[in-house]
Amino acid sequence: MKYFLLCVFFFCIYILYEGLQKDPNLVPSNLISKEIPEFSIESLQGKNFTNVDLENKGVVILNFFASWCPPCKIEHPQLLQLSKIIPVFGIAKKNKKKDLLPWLEELGSPYEVIGMDHNGLQSINWGVYGLPETFIIQDGLVKYRHVGPILERDLEIFRNLTRKE
Amino acid sequence: MIIFIFFMNIILSEAIAIEPNEILKNKELEAQARAIGKELRCLVCQNEDIQNSNADIAKDLRKIVRIKLEKGESKEEIMDFIHSKYGDFVLFSPPLRLDTAGLWLLPISFFILLTFYFFRKR
Repeated sequence: MKYFLLCVFFFCIYILYEGLQKDPNLVPSNLISKEIPEFSIESLQGKNFTNVDLENKGVVILNFFASWCPPCKIEHPQLLQLSKIIPVFGIAKKNKKKDLLPWLEELGSPYEVIGMDHNGLQSINWGVYGLPETFIIQDGLVKYRHVGPILERDLEIFRNLTRKE
Repeated sequence: MIIFIFFMNIILSEAIAIEPNEILKNKELEAQARAIGKELRCLVCQNEDIQNSNADIAKDLRKIVRIKLEKGESKEEIMDFIHSKYGDFVLFSPPLRLDTAGLWLLPISFFILLTFYFFRKR
């Protein structure tokens, strides 16, 4: 019994130690390997942007961003790089056109289409809880979700995941 | 001083982050919305419910709960919707499944084990 309790004690220590290494701010996405949610929103160009635009295109990237979000500016060069290999789509959260247009003009636009999520409800539909967040979508299924800015060191993951087989 | 503390207590215990323009006119629906809000965890603030949080995401979640209530959706439907988007993390009481069984059963089994151990020693 004594040894058993000792084992339980060390097991608890192990679990707690493992827990220390996890980032409590990182919430795993519940959409992985599932079909992308249905949506239909206005695009920056005034057209309709729907889930159909993301399906049947092989591998695409969907990036949630806003011009008012500083980390989004940090990941911007990386998105520009990625847009050379795969189509990148964007959804701007609670962003006015008059703020977004100069921002894109200054930094350049990696996006094929930008959807306007005026009230932030579309972000909830995708389980987004902070900006920026990036999804890799393959044939209409969510393959990967990245929380926070895509940094130089994250590019490798993206290149591997989006490589065309 | 005592009176001051007394009143501060009342004020603080009633403090919720809902803004006046969020509140629904229908009192019954508003009460339902608050009941739901208490069961949903704000995702960016550790262990705060969306009712009490000023975070942007909490505000949006409160809004979608109210929109859906006004559409006539039930509490279960709304909880299922938000659960399907954000996973178990958003619920304060996660569902009992095979992979969450430890969460629910370990405390009980510890209690039983220790009571057993305690009484056997006597």
